[in-house]
Amino acid sequence: MPKRGAPPEVNAGSMADIAFLLLIFFLVTTTIETDAGLDRMLPPIEPPDTDVIIKQKNIFEVSINRDGQLLADEELTNIKDLRAKAIAFLDNGGAPSGSPDFCNYCKGKRDASSSDNPSKAIISLKNDRETKYGTYITVQNELVGAYNDLRNREAQRLFKKDFTDMEAEYLNPETPDNVRDELKEKVKRIQDLFPQKLSEAETSSN
Amino acid sequence: MSKFNKKKDASLPAVNTASLPDIVFMLLFFFMTVTVMKDSSLKVENVLPNASEIKKLEKKDRVIYIYVGKPTREYEKTFGTESKIQLNDKFADASEVGDYILMERAKKPQELQNVLTTALKVDKEANMGIISDIKQELRKVNALKVNYTTYEGDAFRNLQ
Repeated sequence: MPKRGAPPEVNAGSMADIAFLLLIFFLVTTTIETDAGLDRMLPPIEPPDTDVIIKQKNIFEVSINRDGQLLADEELTNIKDLRAKAIAFLDNGGAPSGSPDFCNYCKGKRDASSSDNPSKAIISLKNDRETKYGTYITVQNELVGAYNDLRNREAQRLFKKDFTDMEAEYLNPETPDNVRDELKEKVKRIQDLFPQKLSEAETSSN
Repeated sequence: MSKFNKKKDASLPAVNTASLPDIVFMLLFFFMTVTVMKDSSLKVENVLPNASEIKKLEKKDRVIYIYVGKPTREYEKTFGTESKIQLNDKFADASEVGDYILMERAKKPQELQNVLTTALKVDKEANMGIISDIKQELRKVNALKVNYTTYEGDAFRNLQ
């Protein structure tokens, strides 16, 4: 029954088709970006002015060979055990109580032949030129994970919060400024307890 | 009774599709908002490794990308199967990385030039040799902040 007096309706039947066309275009061109990863700082190229003498016991050396095998602190180690080993090394706190390096928050074995203090402990990572990148990332991930585990522990003790959550909130641009200033101090404090000293030597050629 | 009969005789009513455009538009807007247009097409295989301790890369305008991986099938004949570096749209040598970084840095606004991050998107099958060459070049031009871009996942899957 035709309506009387009303203007004729525009046929919207093809609107769906047009929308589908656009939808398919965007579906095809979309790439969900993977913009997350491990942040690292490279060492500056100019050597430091003064040669710092580092005690051998404060260095935890990790080498990866071309077959992806791992030498941690002169022992052949499975990658799965690396995190525990790194934590044991960083958290050792070997300096005797009373000395200026004494670490009062460490919960490690306090073995005198391992690191003195987390702020002195250095992890040195070496790899072969033919090491697979995937293996290298796994090792990096485990070492960063070791630091994060320890920092989380301290952050839980001091602020009842995970360090990784605090840091993510601090880095999030949507966090209001007053919250961020407060977080900055806390993040800094935890970072000072366990400073990330991960040195990456140049790769050896054999 | 006659009313009842009439209903039974009628054929199956058509499904009302009036809201279809609305649904489709909803999907359309979703994809329009999440879409990031590719700025360079990949010429290398780029299966990133997995890692769990990752941080998000905020602010796209502060990132310079470097791709590394085996050339894809169509470039295999000309460039071989050894891992290559891709800068913008072309293959490059490790020695060109420094110039590329300086060039990209010059394109950015003044206030961002000191806070740039270099995102290394490296195929997990690549060798570390090429990565350390790149790292050496980055150190030369003082681009020290790097991000090894990865997928989120269990890092031990990289070993298989």
